[in-house]
Parts: sequence; C-alpha cells; structure tokens
Amino acid sequence: MMQLSRMLAVWHRNFLVWRKLAAASMVGNFGDPFLYLLGLGYGLGMYIGEMSGIPYMAFLASGILCSSAMNTATFEATYSVFTRMTQQFTWEGMLATPLSIPDIVAGEMLWAGTKSLIAGTAIFIVAGLLGGIQSWDTAILALPVVLLTGLCFASLGLVVCMLSPSYDFFLYYFTLAVTPMFLFCGVFYPITTLPEPVQMFAQALPLTHAVDLIRPLLTELPLQAAWLHIGVLTAYSAGGYALAVRLARRRLLK
Amino acid sequence: MTNPVVSAKGLYKRFGEHVAVSGVDFDIPAGICFGILGPNGAGKTTLIRMLLGMAPLTSGEYTLFGESAGVAEQRQRVGVVPQMDNLDPDFSVSENLFVYASYFGLSRLQMQGKVNELLSFSELSGRSSSQVANLSGGMRRRLMIARALVNDPDVVVLDEPTTGLDPQARHIIWQRLRELKRSGKTLILTTHYMEEAEQLCDDIMILNQGRIIARGSPRILIGKHVEPEVVELRGEVSQPDVDALLGELNIDYEHVGDSWFCYLDDARPLLERCTGFPKLNFVHRPANLEDVFLKLTGRELSE
Ligand SMILES: Nc1ncnc2c1ncn2[C@@H]1O[C@H](COP(=O)(O)OP(=O)(O)OP(=O)(O)O)[C@@H](O)[C@H]1O
Ligand SMILES: [Mg+2]
Repeated sequence: MMQLSRMLAVWHRNFLVWRKLAAASMVGNFGDPFLYLLGLGYGLGMYIGEMSGIPYMAFLASGILCSSAMNTATFEATYSVFTRMTQQFTWEGMLATPLSIPDIVAGEMLWAGTKSLIAGTAIFIVAGLLGGIQSWDTAILALPVVLLTGLCFASLGLVVCMLSPSYDFFLYYFTLAVTPMFLFCGVFYPITTLPEPVQMFAQALPLTHAVDLIRPLLTELPLQAAWLHIGVLTAYSAGGYALAVRLARRRLLK
Repeated sequence: MTNPVVSAKGLYKRFGEHVAVSGVDFDIPAGICFGILGPNGAGKTTLIRMLLGMAPLTSGEYTLFGESAGVAEQRQRVGVVPQMDNLDPDFSVSENLFVYASYFGLSRLQMQGKVNELLSFSELSGRSSSQVANLSGGMRRRLMIARALVNDPDVVVLDEPTTGLDPQARHIIWQRLRELKRSGKTLILTTHYMEEAEQLCDDIMILNQGRIIARGSPRILIGKHVEPEVVELRGEVSQPDVDALLGELNIDYEHVGDSWFCYLDDARPLLERCTGFPKLNFVHRPANLEDVFLKLTGRELSE
C-alpha cells in the first residue's frame, strides 16, 4: 500500500466520525460566520463605511475566511488530535497496523485542513449572500488557499499537540499565538495601520500571508507577490509536518 | 527445519536507567502457540511492542518473518490484541472492523463477507450495530480479537486477552484461540493465568525482570522444575506450626501469602501427619504450571 492511501485511511476514519455529526457541525459552520458578518460587517460597517477603499463587509468577510481556517484547523489539530492520541488510543491502534507515524500525522493534517475547507466554504457562501464578495471571477480560487491555510495551521497545531502534556497546555498556544494572529494579521483592519516594528513581526506570521492572498481574490484589491505568500504558507506547512513527525516519534515510540 | 517466525538474539531494552528486557534469546517456530509468562513488569508487553515497531530496541537483534522487526509492511501479516483496550469509541461494532480493515488497505466492499464471518466467529453477530461503549468486557475483548483478524494475519499477538473476564468469557476465547491455531496461525500469547497457558501454549517462556528464567512446553516445565505432587497447607497455622509439621521430612516448600505449597515425590507421609493437625486445611493435588511459576519467580511481589 502506498503512503498516499495510508494517509487517506486516517483521513477517512475522521471523515466517517464527522459525518455522523455533520448536521450539528454544519449549523455552527454556517451560523457563526453569519452572525459575525451580520453583526460586525453590517453593524460596524455602517459606521466605518470603507476600509482600504472597499466596503467593510467585503474587507471583513475575507479576513474572517482566513481566521476561520486558522481556528478550525488549530482546534482539530490540538484538542481533537490530543483526544484521539491520549484518551481514545486511536493512534496506538493504528500503529499496530501497516500505518506509521508519518501516515497518521499526514492524515490528521489533511483532515484538519479539510475541516477548514468545509468551514471556509460555508463562510464563502454566507459572504456571497451578504455581499462580501466583490470579484466572482477570482473568488473561487480562495478555496484552495483556505485549504492551504488550514494545512499550515494544522501542521503547527500538531507540533503543539505533540509537545503538550495536557489539554491546559493548549491555552498557552491560543493566548500567545492564535489570538494575537487573529487580532494583528489584518483580519479586521490593514496591518499598515500598525507601528513599523509590529508590521515587520506580523509579516513573519502565516495568517498575514493567508489574508494577503485571499482578500485580493475576493475583492477588488490588487493581488501582489502571490508566490511569496503561497511559499510562506507552504514552508510553514512542510516545516510543521516534519517537526510534528519527529516529535510524535519521540513521544510515542519509546 | 523451517525458519522461525520470530527470533531474538541478545535483545536489550532500557527505559532511561531501567532495564526492561535484559539480553534475551529465543525463537518462535511457525504454527505454534507461544506463551510469554512473567510477573507484572517482567517485560512481556515491551517484547511485543518492540516486535511491532512501537518501541525501538536498545541493542540486539529481533527479527519477524526473517527480517528486522518493526517494519510497517510486516504488520500487514500480523494481528494484534493489545493489553489496553483501544477499540474506536466513535464507531459501532461492525464499523470498528471495517475502519480497522481500511488501515490495511482493505475496502468496505472486500470486507463485507469477512466482517460477517468475524462477527459470528466472535459471537457478536447480534451486536453488529451496538456502540462499543455498550459492550460488556467479554464482548469488547472478543471484538478486539475479531479486529486483530481483519487482515487474515499469519501471526496473532495477544497481550493478556482474558484478563478481567469471567470464566465463561474466558472459555469462549480459549476455544476461539484453539481454532485459530488449528487454522495454521502462529499465536504469541501473554497471560497471568497459568491454566490458560497450560491449556493453550505449546511452548512457554517465563520472564522475570527482563530475563528468561525457564523455557519449554508446560509438561516439560512441570517435570523439570517441581516435584509431581503438591500439598497446600493453610488455616490457623503459622510458620512454627508448619516447621513442626514438616519436621525432619525435608520437604521443599514455598510460602505465598497465607499458604504453604509443599512439593513432594510422595505425599503420603505428610498427609498422614496433616490429619493430626485439627486446625489445618490441606489440599493434595498434582503439580501444575502455577507451581512452576511461583517457584521460579519467587514468593514475594516483584514490584
Ligand atoms: N514507556 C515506558 N517508560 C518507562 N518505563 C517503562 C515504559 N514501558 C514499560 N516500562 C517499564 O518496563 C518494565 C517492563 O514493562 P512491561 O509493560 O513490558 O511489563 P509486563 O511484563 O507487560 O507487565 P504486566 O504484566 O504488568 O503487563 C516495567 O518495569 C515498566 O515499568
Ligand atoms: Mg504487559
């Protein structure tokens, strides 16, 4: 059996579990962005008007699409994977079969990315309905970028998961990494409003690059340095994957 | 002679300073039921984990199917019933089998007939759509055995498959394991039940603190390590009473808990004396594997 089909076996296991509760999870996928975009996009948008020269609803919708990809993949790769690994011993069971650590980590990563894509597609539809999408000809390209963003944050979440002694540890990661990215990477306002040194720092964070790719695809803003952004997200994904595999080996194969 | 399925030479495993497996050598020929016995912490599970690639060796050689153990592809031909229950709680009984089979690259379509066959083999046909959380301990263990067979393995590794089960449940599992052996599979079994080892195993290795302290068939082990007859003494007696009772008979005995196990070639002189002690309960029986185990692994708790 090839590496690809082994990874897909892990992905498929998670998909089957998700499918049982898909209805409930879809309510959240559609409901949350709907409330966010309605509350902030319309409410705040009415007051702000335009941001970076586009309606605030369009500005915000593209930002929320990115932050949701980050949040969804991060939750899956931390809390859910941790549960499967340390509480349900699903990984232990898999390791007694031809699956190995790289297959399992890759399968989990692909699944977390898939969940980002599912959540992102829901937001995409809601944003479209609420007038958050300006350029329909390029908008559809945002979805593969959402998947890439999901893979990127999945790999980083998996690294944290492999280091984590308990569920409490994830709070550090959320407070020190995920929430700052949510607030400082251009989801709600352009990072050019930040002081120069903070901007430099934000440029090193993956969410900034996801926003810089996805916002121009959904709106009339020009797309710049696309390959740089794709490169950064890919590099984080690959580096995170390699590190997560190493840490998982160290943790589980004793 | 055919090549052994598993072979260990000078196998060591250390966890930090702690030596869990201390230079063991053994071969397991194909088609037998091989028992690994030993007190808690003896290194049984560690031997199994190393065989499956779940724990790296510290040193030595360990082969499975003639190649270094621990390669993912080898596990295509191995079934595992782990010591710790890891059934997938998110799935029903039959889904557990289908999903586990998918890890071996076996599709739902390919498995349809096989899953039904495994459900009836493990007497779970009526429970196929139950959630695993609702199964009894015996059913869960039977499902774990069924799950270990989805890939029709040549080698089945069972780490304490009957611990915590009632006698009926245990007898059902024994019967199934005998069927597996008849079908030509090699079984590697760890257990704390000597009766189980005696009934199922063709060859036994007794471990203590990571070392092999005895090896052979149940019959050979009993013949070699203990006298054929055993008198168990217990009741309102203490060590001085026992010393007085045994007197000059020069009997080899083990004191475990509140019992004294006396090993003899001929029990008659001791039995005669026992009848003179009113507060003493005594039982006369042939020696069994448990006697070997107690004698070799010592009377005290090893941990
Ligand atoms: N991951 C680990 N880290 C440190 N020590 C370990 C680890 N796994 C096992 N050990 C130690 O290695 C020794 C052998 O453990 P092992 O689980 O192989 O014993 P066992 O014979 O299977 O015991 P039991 O009958 O209780 O299942 C024990 O002393 C145990 O504490
Ligand atoms: Mg054990």
